[in-house]
Amino acid sequence: MPLNLSPNIPDPDGFYDELLRAHDGLTADESAAYNARLVLTLCNHIGDREIIRAALEAAK
Amino acid sequence: MVAVRYQTAFKLYPYEKVPAQSGPVQRHPVVIIGGGPVGLALALDLGKKGSPALVLDDHDGAGQGSKAICFAKRTLDIANRLGASGPMVHKGVVWNVGRVFHGDGQLFTFDLLPEEGHRNPAFINLQQPYFERFLVDEIRAAQNAGAPIEIRGRNRVTGVTVKGDHARVDVDTPDGPYQLEADYLIACDGARSPTRDMLGLSFDGRVFEDNFLIADVKMKADFPTERWFWFEPPFEGAGQSALLHKQPDDIWRIDFQLGWDIDRASELDPDRIRARVDAMLSSQTGTVPDYTLEWTSIYTFQCRRMERFRHGPVFFAGDSAHQVSPFGARGANSGVQDADNLAWKLDLVLKGLADDALLDTYATEREFGADENILNSSRATDFMTPKTNLSKLFRNAVLSLANTHAFARPLVNSGRLSVPCSYDGFDGFGPDAMDGPKVTRPGTTCVDAPVDNGFLLDHLEGAFTILALGGTAPAPVKAHGITTKIVHVATPGPALTDRYLGAKDRAVYLIRPDQHVLARWDDYDAAAISDAIATAIGKG
Ligand SMILES: Cc1cc2nc3c(=O)[nH]c(=O)nc-3n(C[C@H](O)[C@H](O)[C@H](O)COP(=O)(O)OP(=O)(O)OC[C@H]3O[C@@H](n4cnc5c(N)ncnc54)[C@H](O)[C@@H]3O)c2cc1C
Repeated sequence: MPLNLSPNIPDPDGFYDELLRAHDGLTADESAAYNARLVLTLCNHIGDREIIRAALEAAK
Repeated sequence: MVAVRYQTAFKLYPYEKVPAQSGPVQRHPVVIIGGGPVGLALALDLGKKGSPALVLDDHDGAGQGSKAICFAKRTLDIANRLGASGPMVHKGVVWNVGRVFHGDGQLFTFDLLPEEGHRNPAFINLQQPYFERFLVDEIRAAQNAGAPIEIRGRNRVTGVTVKGDHARVDVDTPDGPYQLEADYLIACDGARSPTRDMLGLSFDGRVFEDNFLIADVKMKADFPTERWFWFEPPFEGAGQSALLHKQPDDIWRIDFQLGWDIDRASELDPDRIRARVDAMLSSQTGTVPDYTLEWTSIYTFQCRRMERFRHGPVFFAGDSAHQVSPFGARGANSGVQDADNLAWKLDLVLKGLADDALLDTYATEREFGADENILNSSRATDFMTPKTNLSKLFRNAVLSLANTHAFARPLVNSGRLSVPCSYDGFDGFGPDAMDGPKVTRPGTTCVDAPVDNGFLLDHLEGAFTILALGGTAPAPVKAHGITTKIVHVATPGPALTDRYLGAKDRAVYLIRPDQHVLARWDDYDAAAISDAIATAIGKG
């Protein structure tokens, strides 16, 4: 399965809001650390190195 | 004059004057410079095969002090083939439980349960001087049985000149200098290799700007046989990371990563070291056990290798050829694999069964192995000492996730266990004419498995071997002056089946003298085996 780059998130506005709220009250450093943990958690869920590699590229 | 550069833990080969020091210059087939783990393993391997080896070392035994302590399974398997592993495993400490801490808190523990069906544990902790002593003990036994090995202690090599197809060597001794010649000169003279310097060869790589303080402490008290590793330890002045693990004789190895800008002299002040050690040892129980400081030193490290391991008649093996950071214990372990790789090739060439070009494959194979080791230990080092803010951010993200989530624990890198490389796709291997398990594809080292009342690797004794599983016992193949040995297992057990047969009910493997798989087939075909041997020795 290739990296899915078509819209895939139900309720996009709700998701976006939730993502930003997760950072509420965090300093810039804390936010950066949180993002790093989030990336690692999501990458583990994906697991497939090909897809992760494609995502690393697509996000540039 | 032969100056003493370090103290020895064991005097193993005291200086003795030999007639060659005053007679005409003698030519030797193989001269090995350096009696460390690599030079000794090579000499023992050659001698047991009946090929002569002369070892020159500028001391008279195994150096004292903090060097290797972790010896991995592959090294023990090689030592087993050489008849020297028994005392090592007996003396060594096997540990299974590790604890990883970050600051004040424990992140997780792990249990390295040994994989079933192997003679040797994943690794043992054993002080390097013991490793060297047990090799010399076996060399003495082999000499008594007629093996043509000679060790000359306090023979310092002071000059090396390549003379076309051989090398001229200047040697200094307590009775003055003499010269000898070598058809093949193997430099196993350590990371500062004088041979490399004398030939004007470079040794490039990456210097890690860090200092490690090592303290070997002796504790009589009960202290758990576990490996403790701290990222950002909470103890005063402990630095970026700290490590504690056990060696034989009630000795514990403690490492503190101190950083780059330090005052070495004051860091080596025993009171200052004791303050750190007290804080570490009492961190889990609140009380400081009784201990004595046995040995302390500060070292820095580098990851680098020579561009080429062969220069005409001169070969480099072990630390002289490549150097890695100690995390992952790849120094001595990979050096012993160099010896394992070179010994059988030299033996065949000396006996006229292979051309000199076979020795080029030593260099290509082991340069590849060195790159893999350097990659692994550089990665461990980068995890332990993040070099940028971003890498520190991700490192600490991994650590904090590892506390609660199992998924992050495999990302925690405090040094990976040394495992041998596989020569996938290298010249000299193949064919892979059987749809067999990946772990035993051509290029890999044979994994062990129970056979009868012993283990498979006990049967792979340093010769070209046909390993036949299931079916009937095949006849030996004689090709190019080489006669294969036969190991036939009519009814393989579950581990052997799993590792060598997969779904098949029979298979034929051709194994190299250093226990790497050369080729495999569904069925015995003497002509195909003969071709594979030709390929392996460069006559294909
Ligand atoms: C703190 C520390 C911890 C380590 N931990 C581990 C570990 O856990 N596991 C692991 O696998 N490795 C470890 N290593 C690495 C390991 O010690 C080396 O990789 C290993 O000693 C290399 O063996 P060698 O035979 O190539 O060289 P060496 O052991 O350095 O031996 C070279 C020999 O050559 C001799 N010599 C030098 N010059 C001359 C000369 N001119 N003439 C004659 N003889 C000469 C020397 O006296 C010496 O006997 C560690 C190293 C350090 C510093």
